[in-house]
Amino acid sequence: MNAPFSGFGLGLRPVHFQDFLTRTVPVDFVEVISENFMVEGGRPLHVLDQVRERHPVILHGVSMSIGNPAGLDRDYLARLRRLADRIDPLWVSDHLCWTGTGGFNSHDLLPLPYTEEALAVVCANVAQAQEALGRTLLIENPSTYVTFNASEMSEWDFLAELSRRSGCELLLDVNNIFVSASNHGFDARAYLDAVPFERVRQIHLAGHSQGKTLLIDTHDHPVPDPVWALYDEACRRVGPVATMIERDDDIPPLDELLSELDIARSRSAQARSEAA
Amino acid sequence: MTLARLQQDFCAYLLDRPNRIETEVAGDLEVYHHAYRAQLLNCLRDTFEKSWSWLGDEAFEAAARAHIEAHPPHAWTLNVYGEGFDRTLAEHHPEDPEIAELAWLEWALRRAFDGPDADSVDPAVLATIDWENAVLHLVPTVRLGSVITNCAALWSALAEDETPPPAQRLPGPAAIRVWRKGLSAKYRSIDAVEERALRLVLGGADFAQLCAVLAAELGDERGTAEIGRILGIWLQDGLIAAISDHPSDRLPISD
Repeated sequence: MNAPFSGFGLGLRPVHFQDFLTRTVPVDFVEVISENFMVEGGRPLHVLDQVRERHPVILHGVSMSIGNPAGLDRDYLARLRRLADRIDPLWVSDHLCWTGTGGFNSHDLLPLPYTEEALAVVCANVAQAQEALGRTLLIENPSTYVTFNASEMSEWDFLAELSRRSGCELLLDVNNIFVSASNHGFDARAYLDAVPFERVRQIHLAGHSQGKTLLIDTHDHPVPDPVWALYDEACRRVGPVATMIERDDDIPPLDELLSELDIARSRSAQARSEAA
Repeated sequence: MTLARLQQDFCAYLLDRPNRIETEVAGDLEVYHHAYRAQLLNCLRDTFEKSWSWLGDEAFEAAARAHIEAHPPHAWTLNVYGEGFDRTLAEHHPEDPEIAELAWLEWALRRAFDGPDADSVDPAVLATIDWENAVLHLVPTVRLGSVITNCAALWSALAEDETPPPAQRLPGPAAIRVWRKGLSAKYRSIDAVEERALRLVLGGADFAQLCAVLAAELGDERGTAEIGRILGIWLQDGLIAAISDHPSDRLPISD
């Protein structure tokens, strides 16, 4: 199955609300952080409703905690469902991670060990989420800074098996592959070779920063050349796939991001023509 | 080690509690230790921007870091993490009550910003109300706080990028109410009579009870005049979502 193509989009961030409300912005979709709009009312939802009249919207979450062995928070799922029913998104996504345990919430995307036990937990949670949301969920590969001794398989094998068993689709973050490959010393192209691209519905692009010893997924820089090169590789392996640029810090004027998105458009077309 | 146990150890590491996670991983755990605190610090800076500006970087960060260590988040949304930060500031700055009051005001405005939507009542309905059985239903974003300082003046100056006045104690106890009208979160300093009336309504008093209490405390004539004045302000400010006049709408008074 080839995923339906939905074009090229940007994250909708408050600094650009006014642009999106007053200009014709040449994007095929916008992606929002779901939790920022899982509120009771007021300006955020008002803005999102207006933007939705102009653009398709993707709901991208950070708090589902799909790796929680105790199952998912029903209140969270109910609120996400209400937002999804209101917005009618292209799709709903979250990360392959967990955020806390025992009532504690770190509000960070914490890494999972890639074990059969974790796979069973995530599959069960994906099923719970897809049933509660009435939609297929997309799961994104995270940037990670540790690996677990207990891991029994690679991240790419975990994702492929997760998708096969649970029916979820994949949001492939090319920057996260680059960051994790650099941090853990694996071959990013081998990762791409193993990805079941027929399950990939969306690609994320972003920049990162050099930390003390590791690369950090900071979303505060333009997409760097090595990530573009990896995007080219991904595009050669898949048909047209929805692509979006994430920028969450040091956010530039919208026109700069639109120029960067044009690069994604042309590189995608170029890579696919080379592969044809 | 089970996944659940691994996660408990990971969280214990984040919270500086005894754990064995370092024996279970390769890589740099410190990235997570740092990111957890940085995320919460940024959340408090964003939510309490004016308190941060008033306090300065060093004092704000000291209080924020103490708050983060004492209050690990439990909700799935960071939207509520600011709850109680005004109390932490009060503990850190007991001699400067304007700091905690400024933080309370910022927090109340933040909660009103994305609180539940509600239309304001159309003043035209006033003529049709059976006031004997009337109950005022306020918009759900209303919050009321008692203050002893000029925190509202500080907030206003900081919001306008003006030099704030010196912190001052008010001549007597006062109150601020916060609410949202349309999409705009608002606040207003209110006098003691309006504060009394608002506390009664928020506590469940119906209109007849409100009138009776103010008449008993202020005398019939002044009580009636004040009710009219306050009702006018609340209608103008969009504070009243609805006025019902069915006897079953009455709630037990809990002021």
